[in-house]
Amino acid sequence: MSALLSVAGVSKSFRGLKAVANVSVDVPQGAIVALIGPNGAGKTTIFNMIAGVFAPDQGSIRFCGSAIHGLRPDQVCAAGIGRTFQLVKPFAGLSVLDNVIVGALERAPNVSAAKKHAAEIVEKLGLGAKRDQPASALTLPDRKRLEVARALATRPKLLLLDEVMAGLRPTECDQMVEAFRALNREGLTILLIEHVMRAVMALAQGIVVLHHGEVIARGAPEDVVRDPAVLGCYLGEEVAV
Amino acid sequence: MTRTALVLGVLLLAFLLALPAFAGSYLLSVATLILFFAYAGQAWNVMMGFAGQLSLGHSLYVGVGAYAAGALFFHYGVGPWAGIWLAVALCVALGAVIGFLAFRFGISGVYFALLTIAFAEFTRIGFDHIAWLGGPGGMFLKVAQRDTIDLASFRGPPEMYYYAMLALAAAAFAFCAWLLRSRAGYYWQAIREDEEAAQALGINTFRWKMLAVIISSAMTALAGVFFAFYYNNLFPEQIFHISRSIEIILGPIIGGLGTLFGPILGAAVLTILADGITEILAALGWEIPGVKQVFYGLVLLLVIMFLPHGIWPALARRIGLGR
Repeated sequence: MSALLSVAGVSKSFRGLKAVANVSVDVPQGAIVALIGPNGAGKTTIFNMIAGVFAPDQGSIRFCGSAIHGLRPDQVCAAGIGRTFQLVKPFAGLSVLDNVIVGALERAPNVSAAKKHAAEIVEKLGLGAKRDQPASALTLPDRKRLEVARALATRPKLLLLDEVMAGLRPTECDQMVEAFRALNREGLTILLIEHVMRAVMALAQGIVVLHHGEVIARGAPEDVVRDPAVLGCYLGEEVAV
Repeated sequence: MTRTALVLGVLLLAFLLALPAFAGSYLLSVATLILFFAYAGQAWNVMMGFAGQLSLGHSLYVGVGAYAAGALFFHYGVGPWAGIWLAVALCVALGAVIGFLAFRFGISGVYFALLTIAFAEFTRIGFDHIAWLGGPGGMFLKVAQRDTIDLASFRGPPEMYYYAMLALAAAAFAFCAWLLRSRAGYYWQAIREDEEAAQALGINTFRWKMLAVIISSAMTALAGVFFAFYYNNLFPEQIFHISRSIEIILGPIIGGLGTLFGPILGAAVLTILADGITEILAALGWEIPGVKQVFYGLVLLLVIMFLPHGIWPALARRIGLGR
């Protein structure tokens, strides 16, 4: 069976600086795959290429069997990929619920159907009590939750999570992990960029490690974290002790 | 909208409907002017307040709308009911060209605003050279002073113009209220708040921004048609002037950007203020050129300083209406 998302031999340079070089990542249907690596390794660049922010210089990106590289972000979303932003982008002037309604409208026939769907998702992510607050009033962890809620509201088949655990306390992190596990059980495929190894180890079935724009290791989580190359450039003594 | 807001709206409408019964001709002309700016402000608010696209050239649509309907009447005696269609078609075409140029080539923010000014300015200069439309000397519509109402050519007493403007302003309010709760309203506000995030949620930002410009320009065209038949004289130097664009946008800014009551409240405050200052200065005998503008500017400054989101949001909070 072919993968739901298949990134094949993708490269991207910015003004001659190679950000991503010949990277291939496969995300099977129903899987949770993590993309890890030090800052500047090219993880967000890969996300942006998948999400249609810019096209790869080389290589192809296929989703559900058809090529999506070169599509605009709204077309990628329509194809069934939802994303969050590392630097959260709430619609600050709108209420929490309205933020999520905007996402829900993608696949809802009308506003009232979108409202209903959005209310369920807001509840699911623990934002129910804050649904009428303006998004600008939320704390950072709540803004991260809102990012996820908005992306989920578009009913994606694949969810791209860009460091949604950063800045969360361990208990909040565990809640998020639980939420993603539940979503995964319902059939959602997830590709995540994450520095919080606690979350990565709890969630990921496969890990791809990037360094200087290249894949230096990939495989099952327990193998990858013991890989000397990964320890050397990224995880370091934190795991080695 | 809450119940209180609905009650307030109905009361306001009842008051406005009854106004000609007790208002003199001066007061009626002020009220007509307020409604005119409330309407034009509402139209501009669709683009800026809802979708976040700053137009500083809305005089373009007022002018083209006015000249289109005015010329049909002046040359062929065709009343405004046919002229409306020409006015709207021309303004929508212009808006679509401006929107396409800007949104297709990624011109946004202040550069977009500059583009709107540019179009209004070169249209102003262009109209100075169209002899068929009177050139810089202006175009004058035939005024027949009459007490009977001639709806076909939109000629009649001041009350007729007042009620026509009231109908337009009320319809625009209802239309905008509906827009804001529709898919378009949600998408526009998302684009206004964060275009990149909006696009990631599946919104074709180009298409929806175009729709905002088209609706706004079509609505403003109607203001132009009204202007032509109410004032009966059109000069490119006046109607296309940037100060006219500024007049239109001050109402919604002072009243509250992106709100439904903001444009109405702002238009009322500004028009009453401008006339009030003139009256007071005249009473004091301070008829020095420019003094009125200084006072006007001062009041605007104070409002912006103390109510940066406009009067309506602050007022709505005070009387417990939420937004």
